[in-house]
Amino acid sequence: MTIYIDNKPYEAKAGKNLLEACLAAGINLPYFCWHPSLGSVGACRQCAVKVFKDEKDTQGRLVMSCMEGVRDGVRIGVEEATAKAFREQVIEWMMTNHPHDCPVCDEGGSCHLQDMTVMTGHDYRRYHYKKRTYKNQYLGPLINHEMNRCIQCYRCVRYYHDYAGGDDLNVFAAHNHVYFGRDKDGVLQSPFSGNLAEVCPTGVFTDKTLKEHYTRKWDLTMAPSVCTHCSVGCNITAGERYGKLRCVVNRYNEEVNGYFLCDRGRFGYEFVNSENRVTQPLIRGRMSEAVSEEELMHELSVLLSQQKLVGIGSARASLESNFALRQLVGAGNFYAGISETEAYLTRLIVQVMQEGTLHSASLKDIEQADAVIVLGEDVWNTAPMMALAVRQAAMKTAANNAAAQLSLPAWHDAAIKELVQTDKGFLANITVAGSPIDNIAQVTVHAVPDDIARLGFAVAHELSNTLPALANADEKLLQTARQIAAALQQSKHPVIVSGLSCVNSAVIRAAFDIAAALNNTHWKASVAYVLPECNSMGLALMQAPSAERIFDSSNANDMTALILENDLYRYLPQATADAFFSRCSNVIALDSIHNNTTEKAQVLIPAATFAEADGSMVNYEGRTQHYYKVFIPKEGHIKESFHWLNSMRIAKNNRSNGHGLSLDELLHEAEIEMPVFEGVHDAMLSPHYSIHGEHIPREPHRYSGRTAMYANLNVSEQKPLQEEGESAFGFTMEGFKGQPPADAAPFFWSPGWNSGQSVTKYQQEPGGAFKGHIPAVQLFHDKVDKAPVFFKDIPEAFVARKQKWLVLPQYHVLASGELSSYTKALASLLPEACVVLSETDAALLGVRDGDKIRVHPGTTALPVKVHLSLANGVVLISAGLPGTEVYNWGDWVKIEKE
Amino acid sequence: MIYERPLTQHIHINRQPLNLKEYEAKGGYAAVRKAVKEMTPQEVQKAVQDSNLKGRGGAGFNTGIKWSFVPMGSDAPHPKYLICNADEMEPGTFKDRLLLEGNPHQLLEGMILAAYAIQADISYVFLRWAYKKAAALIKQSIAEAYAAGYLGQNILNSGWSLDMHLHTGVGRYMCGEETALLNALEGKRATPRAKPPFPQVSGLFGKPSIVNNVETLCCIPHIINNGADWFKKLSFTEDAGTKLYGVSGKVKRPGVWELPMGTTMRELLEEHAGGMRNGLMMRGVLPGGASTDFLTPAHLDTRLDYQSVAIAGSRLGTGTMIVMDDATCPVGFVHNLQHFFAQESCGWCTPCREGLPWVEKILLSLEHGEGTQADIDMLQMHTQLLGPGNTFCALAPGAMEPLQSALKYFMEDFERHAHEKGCPYVHEAVASSEW
Repeated sequence: MTIYIDNKPYEAKAGKNLLEACLAAGINLPYFCWHPSLGSVGACRQCAVKVFKDEKDTQGRLVMSCMEGVRDGVRIGVEEATAKAFREQVIEWMMTNHPHDCPVCDEGGSCHLQDMTVMTGHDYRRYHYKKRTYKNQYLGPLINHEMNRCIQCYRCVRYYHDYAGGDDLNVFAAHNHVYFGRDKDGVLQSPFSGNLAEVCPTGVFTDKTLKEHYTRKWDLTMAPSVCTHCSVGCNITAGERYGKLRCVVNRYNEEVNGYFLCDRGRFGYEFVNSENRVTQPLIRGRMSEAVSEEELMHELSVLLSQQKLVGIGSARASLESNFALRQLVGAGNFYAGISETEAYLTRLIVQVMQEGTLHSASLKDIEQADAVIVLGEDVWNTAPMMALAVRQAAMKTAANNAAAQLSLPAWHDAAIKELVQTDKGFLANITVAGSPIDNIAQVTVHAVPDDIARLGFAVAHELSNTLPALANADEKLLQTARQIAAALQQSKHPVIVSGLSCVNSAVIRAAFDIAAALNNTHWKASVAYVLPECNSMGLALMQAPSAERIFDSSNANDMTALILENDLYRYLPQATADAFFSRCSNVIALDSIHNNTTEKAQVLIPAATFAEADGSMVNYEGRTQHYYKVFIPKEGHIKESFHWLNSMRIAKNNRSNGHGLSLDELLHEAEIEMPVFEGVHDAMLSPHYSIHGEHIPREPHRYSGRTAMYANLNVSEQKPLQEEGESAFGFTMEGFKGQPPADAAPFFWSPGWNSGQSVTKYQQEPGGAFKGHIPAVQLFHDKVDKAPVFFKDIPEAFVARKQKWLVLPQYHVLASGELSSYTKALASLLPEACVVLSETDAALLGVRDGDKIRVHPGTTALPVKVHLSLANGVVLISAGLPGTEVYNWGDWVKIEKE
Repeated sequence: MIYERPLTQHIHINRQPLNLKEYEAKGGYAAVRKAVKEMTPQEVQKAVQDSNLKGRGGAGFNTGIKWSFVPMGSDAPHPKYLICNADEMEPGTFKDRLLLEGNPHQLLEGMILAAYAIQADISYVFLRWAYKKAAALIKQSIAEAYAAGYLGQNILNSGWSLDMHLHTGVGRYMCGEETALLNALEGKRATPRAKPPFPQVSGLFGKPSIVNNVETLCCIPHIINNGADWFKKLSFTEDAGTKLYGVSGKVKRPGVWELPMGTTMRELLEEHAGGMRNGLMMRGVLPGGASTDFLTPAHLDTRLDYQSVAIAGSRLGTGTMIVMDDATCPVGFVHNLQHFFAQESCGWCTPCREGLPWVEKILLSLEHGEGTQADIDMLQMHTQLLGPGNTFCALAPGAMEPLQSALKYFMEDFERHAHEKGCPYVHEAVASSEW
């Protein structure tokens, strides 16, 4: 439809409000309380415009543009004098109590309130009374609180409470004393609290980790990057100054993480700055272990000539680095640095996804699902942003139903919530020991993995009676299955979420059967399998056997092992890892942080972290995403692993004059070598890319107030850093001045929009796709006409064993990431490792909460935590926490009281 | 002249209110019997609509028409709610209190009728916290009505059921606004809601709801008993019925009287309230509570009905007026009101939350002799920018009504405060503007 803004016609989309239409049309209209993910409530009154009855109406009616839907032919005045005056006045009102502390405020320079103040033209203060002051609260190590800056837009509570489901941030008091905080000081409990820093339009909630080494946005060097802390692959912008990574903020991706990040992703970056970084090549056993690159390469060329060369790839290293390792050691000698169990399960997932009979669900698909079944996956702890997406599915389904009931537009947030009350869309959350999303689920089941799988197969049978029924099923399970099946049958686009946290292949197969049974009649269901690491899928697609398979090989002795970015002690039980190293005569490790594996290395090579590297990763859904180097580390020896591996390949092949493969050459080689990766190079902005011959600058432009690059040393500009090889990006503010391709924007900025909210200027419409959006590179291809092959092999019901327990990992949302645990702020929030037992089992063993028990095989004693709804015969042990052991997950262990 | 005064006929100041038996003996609950036995809900709605009963809470909207937007029939969402707004907190207003304390069964009967008309399932009395006596009486009356079968399951064998609960607020002016009241009743913050959707379709807990004022509801039994025409004839003017008019300020006999709608302000002030106290002259009057525009002695012959007061430049509001005499400082008077409104702002929308305290501080600075002509201009600006439509609800626009009219009629007083650097009137010192 056509709308007229200041007498000019614009195309607008039905169902949107006038504010969205204005922003989509590129018009600068200030706002606060509205947010594309939160909708409209009409509180701040900032987006006022005039609406005119017709062309002759000069008077008009002042309305809040966020609270009026677009109508065909509607005439609105944004530049109309009284509307402008009112908007300026709203800012003046807000400013009556807002402190004049921009120079010392962390938000300064990327502040929506600053931007909007300038936009309205308010500049002169007429209020000359005392300002209101508040007490600030301690909200934990992640978020800083400075309430005096609050302009009462209510976004924080609407995000934290309504959107993310947190219940420990609220609004208190009334009139101009309204207060946003906790009922008392304390750590914010939601693992999505970091988004407050971006949702807040000013400096009330700010990133406390950034405060430790504060830098203004305009002084950062930034690059588009991808989060490395779980398999979701949220898009991030990482910023550096003076060789330290300063912060991570959300980088909008319509299909993945939208406007938000989880706290592990946002705050888990500090490992890049760790004192524990490997900064120099080391050859152990020498008088001087730190060696030059020349000495290193000399040593390596000797080691690489060994016959029994094996390479251990990594689920957290890039596709390029893994591929370079594979090419170096040869496909037959390339292993995945994961356990055999994990390798088996990921292979199974790859197999079902490559079938193509199920669509792989993005987070957006999950958010838009009208029924979600979480089958066995502890999604809150293993893929937090997916849990947030599941929550949105439950909320949005209820909202859509309510909106339809009274024909309310989707943006009318408060009215829809009023109608919705406590209704939720269908969610069945089936887990071993419960999850915070249980409280939004219609069906909650806590069961052991085999029984979870049986429930899944029973659902599949209810959906399609050609599938086998459960033998010896109890009536309660069947009833639950019927309830779930009925909800799925009524849904139009359900999503089945599963993954590895049950360490059980039957669960994965059952999830497939449910989705496939739904697609028997209509192609409507999609599936999401959560994997352990950021590039687990990329590694799995390379079809390498697990590191444990090395033992099968006849000549698994005196090996020279090349270990890529991988602490084997986090993936294999200690005894297995020890056994592996005892068979190696030489260990060459490439990694960024010292760990138990690098301790075993004779040769240790400093690898770049994500922030210092280019690379590609494949997320859980098969989406290939490319991340770009934020900065070149001061320590000149730190390089991307694939660089080192390329050099080794040259050294091994004795090609003294050979040049290493560039990133795109490497990817091309990978695509030829392994057709499964066909097209991955499309996820990357070509290194040869330029606009009018200019690079995309990683730094904000000259007039931003930016100081010299090395202002800590010298205020004259130094010669800019040069990357080895080509890159689309430059390391300075010089380069293309216009808008870069949104998918690869190093940061979001637009004239008058310094804060992250400038992302709207890169979108086709607020909250929509980017302008000039490049389609995602999806490695799994839907084959709509292909008939699925069902699994049908249903496990027996779980029976607890005598004196033996099934051991399963218990992950933690903030704590289980290897790299994120090196971040001081997150480390301070880690829970104590423990063993979770059922009440009956605890009684059987004669232990209570806090008593120590020992698990065999294993070495450390751990405190007991009794769980009321955990099944008998199974124990959950904290996994991934620093210092915790790895068990043979999914296997049987013995337990004894300490 | 003796007028009929149906609403207060059984209220005697020196006597306990009628209990259920006594109320029945005076003809009470006959309207409920008649309605549920002889009338359809639609007929009750029609009777009230025909009577031209307008909401006595201040807005003056036709009650029957308001009801007609509630979805009826078998596919209407349930439960539906009928809520009595008894959160009488408008400064200077105490008319509902008389009805609540004087004849609680009359209110209950009106509520049952209204609930029947919209086929509500649950009803609430949302009572001002400070009305302790009324709370006890209503609680007792509800219990009596349950015992007599006027509330509960299958009322008078009609097949229709209604529950009733008393809810006492915590003393926020904001809860007088019907959508904020609904939020408060749900246990949420008392912030108003955007309309549409209106409470008739999405009210309490998102279900169809009607919120009516105490006095409005008390009229309904009489309309059902005596008919729409009788009700219309009670009035002097087009707006039907009687009205409870109140007078406060320095008059000889402050009080509240039930009089025909359209009684003149002069009759009310001079005959019923006995005129000004000796030695005082009237300077202005807020005709319908604190959030209405000042009228002046020149308007004394204005008939007190919705339309006539509007023509005179104010609103009938609650019909309870505050008289300002010539020994009272208009700036201090208005400051007192703005202090109240600023404190009672819910804090939801920016203009009200930040604008009212600014206004209050300016008025205080004028009183303290620190105000300037620029401050008076700033007050003028706020009266325009805090107008209807600019703010989320009617609280701030209501607050601006006495201010804008004070600036219109008493500008010289404002200017004297600025030029003489202080208040020319003798009155107690005004304390700080903190709350």
